[in-house]
Amino acid sequence: MTLLYSEVEEELRAAVRGLLADRCPPAAVLKRIESDPYDLDLWKTLAGEIGVAGLLIPEELGGAGASASEVAVVLEELGRAVAPVPFFTSSVLATQALLPTGDALLGELAEGRTTAALAVSFAASPYRPLRGSSVRIEDGRLSGTVTGVAGADVADVLLVPVDGDLYTAEGAAVELVPSLDLTRPVATVTFERARARRVGACDLAAVLRSGAALLASEQLGVAEWCLESTLAYVKERHQFARPVGSFQAIKHRLADLWLDVVRARAAARNAVADPSPLSVAVAQSWNAAVAVHAAEEALQLHGGIGMTWEHPVHLYLKRAKAAEIALGTPGDHREALSSLAGVPGPE
Amino acid sequence: MNEAEIKERVAAFLGEHDPGGDRLAFLRARFDAGLAWVWFPEGLGGLGVARELQQVVERELSGTPQINTGVQGIGLGMAAPTILAFGTEEQKRRFLRPLWTGEEIWCQLFSEPGAGSDLATLATRAVRDGDEWVVDGQKVWTSGAHHARWGILVTRTDPDVPKHRGMTYFVCDMHAPGVEVRPLRQITGEAEFNEVFLTGVRLPDDLRLGEVGDGWRVAQTTLMNERVAIGGAPVRRGGGMVGPVLDAWHAHPELRTHDLHQRLLALWVEAEVTRLSGTRLREQLAAGHPGPEGSGMKLSFAKLNQALSGFEVEFQRDLGYDDWAFRRSEDVDFYGRGPGYRYLRAKGNSIEGGTSEILRNIIAERVLGLPSEPRVDKDVPWKDLPR
Repeated sequence: MTLLYSEVEEELRAAVRGLLADRCPPAAVLKRIESDPYDLDLWKTLAGEIGVAGLLIPEELGGAGASASEVAVVLEELGRAVAPVPFFTSSVLATQALLPTGDALLGELAEGRTTAALAVSFAASPYRPLRGSSVRIEDGRLSGTVTGVAGADVADVLLVPVDGDLYTAEGAAVELVPSLDLTRPVATVTFERARARRVGACDLAAVLRSGAALLASEQLGVAEWCLESTLAYVKERHQFARPVGSFQAIKHRLADLWLDVVRARAAARNAVADPSPLSVAVAQSWNAAVAVHAAEEALQLHGGIGMTWEHPVHLYLKRAKAAEIALGTPGDHREALSSLAGVPGPE
Repeated sequence: MNEAEIKERVAAFLGEHDPGGDRLAFLRARFDAGLAWVWFPEGLGGLGVARELQQVVERELSGTPQINTGVQGIGLGMAAPTILAFGTEEQKRRFLRPLWTGEEIWCQLFSEPGAGSDLATLATRAVRDGDEWVVDGQKVWTSGAHHARWGILVTRTDPDVPKHRGMTYFVCDMHAPGVEVRPLRQITGEAEFNEVFLTGVRLPDDLRLGEVGDGWRVAQTTLMNERVAIGGAPVRRGGGMVGPVLDAWHAHPELRTHDLHQRLLALWVEAEVTRLSGTRLREQLAAGHPGPEGSGMKLSFAKLNQALSGFEVEFQRDLGYDDWAFRRSEDVDFYGRGPGYRYLRAKGNSIEGGTSEILRNIIAERVLGLPSEPRVDKDVPWKDLPR
């Protein structure tokens, strides 16, 4: 077990970063978000040419048979770019739900021809997996609603977990709701006696836990961008005849933020190297808050420009705050540590 | 050399030397076998192999006589790496062995009443007199000087050049005439540290470490090692300052509240991510790519220790204190005694070995590349600086 990055991971990072720098600069993301947030052309290239969609899928099913730590590096880069692509929702969450079933759908997902979404609230957690869902099954048909489903609007296939089984459904109503995170919209999904196919068994809590482990890397990427952009800005912006970044009041805040990010990197790497419930809870309770804090510091230290629509920092703040709530809040994960780490509460 | 080979070596060593015999003889033999600090060169207590293998040696020799890392801390953490980097062959052979076995204890004569964070302002003078130097001045906050046989000493040898350029580094003979050690009682009641008065102390030139005028560069090596020594020690999960807090938490369920529980969980997470970044840092070092993370270790260590020890006093609701009696410390024990002691002692963690403010400046400027604040003292001869 190591907390370092391998050479293969660094190569993958360089490929993804290069593509995103070309095709997905913050200005391009800003331009899209009000009309059609997802960049499906970019997604096609990422999935088809770099092959990210099938990273978690075994080679015999058409995937790359890679490990979570490579997926984590991709997520760091996608976080750094607040990239509006369905990688996390389709290639991570939905794919992980589907993997134990070995279903043929995995082959389509691996190629990136098809994208899927898990019909589970993004605010559900390994500790409350069915939060926001009222779906039930009767006579092979699904009824009920799920609120706050991320990636549902671009998904070709919805995977619905009910009573320990995973189904695909036809004819679901997907209604976008105004989302805090403009780059990863959420929708309310409604089933009215929708025809369903049972795909296999589903341990939803485990799926959400491994999703949470990987989300920590996306949060790390968000925090890294915020720190780096702010550093660049305070070196360049002058007030009182010197760079803002030469004032101790600013330097000390950035030094502390850097230390938080350093620890977020260790926590994220640990959560993929050892995806135990304890490691995941540690990474989520730390990284979710660090991403939000980094975005908030970035906004403040950019001054007035940070408060404008034109500057991309709000995209990161919105992504960070929405991801803080996703798959368990830091508080939920800390509470879980009570028993995981042996720190019991009052009797 | 790999793990299996080093294990073989330790086994062979244990075949020849009985850990149940004379303690000092065993430690000396361990040094001579290169099993003191394996990454040091052969003949100087090491084998010139990867530092990570030290952990294997420590595991294999855990049941044998041990050195006292408390009272020997400054020698091991600061003096030894500096001597290794800047000492002559003769100095290395003379000093490293008794330093490691603990036969000779070391202290660090850096800070002065007028030069703390701004260490390069120091005024203790060393004037050359033939083959000797005559040292006059006063040092302060000198931990363990009352046990010390040797001190690492920074002095001013040229007042006419800007402050960073006119310093020279020595090994100070703490038994030389003119060295006077006076205890300073600290807020815990005990006296770990001292004032040291140096009056006409004569040091032979062969106690000089590095070139004349190069003392600042030598001191940088000491200071870098100091920060790693203070904040960089490996800890197990739930170890370090969080250890005694968790012990108390388990022992006193009746004192737990919901508020304290939430706060303890947050501190536990911070301790764990700090531990993980220490692990990551050591992996980087072992892979030959030292990352900048080391600069942050001491800072996070200080912050955590203070938060945890403050928490513990509140949890135990013990407004008393075990014993305010003035005493000379045997060694520095952060985790010893009661929560009140730990709370007060931890206050020093953000001051000793570089204040947290100075460390933030270092991170901001050297790691993050932020511009320094305007400096009015950089090119002015030391003697013309306002003091």
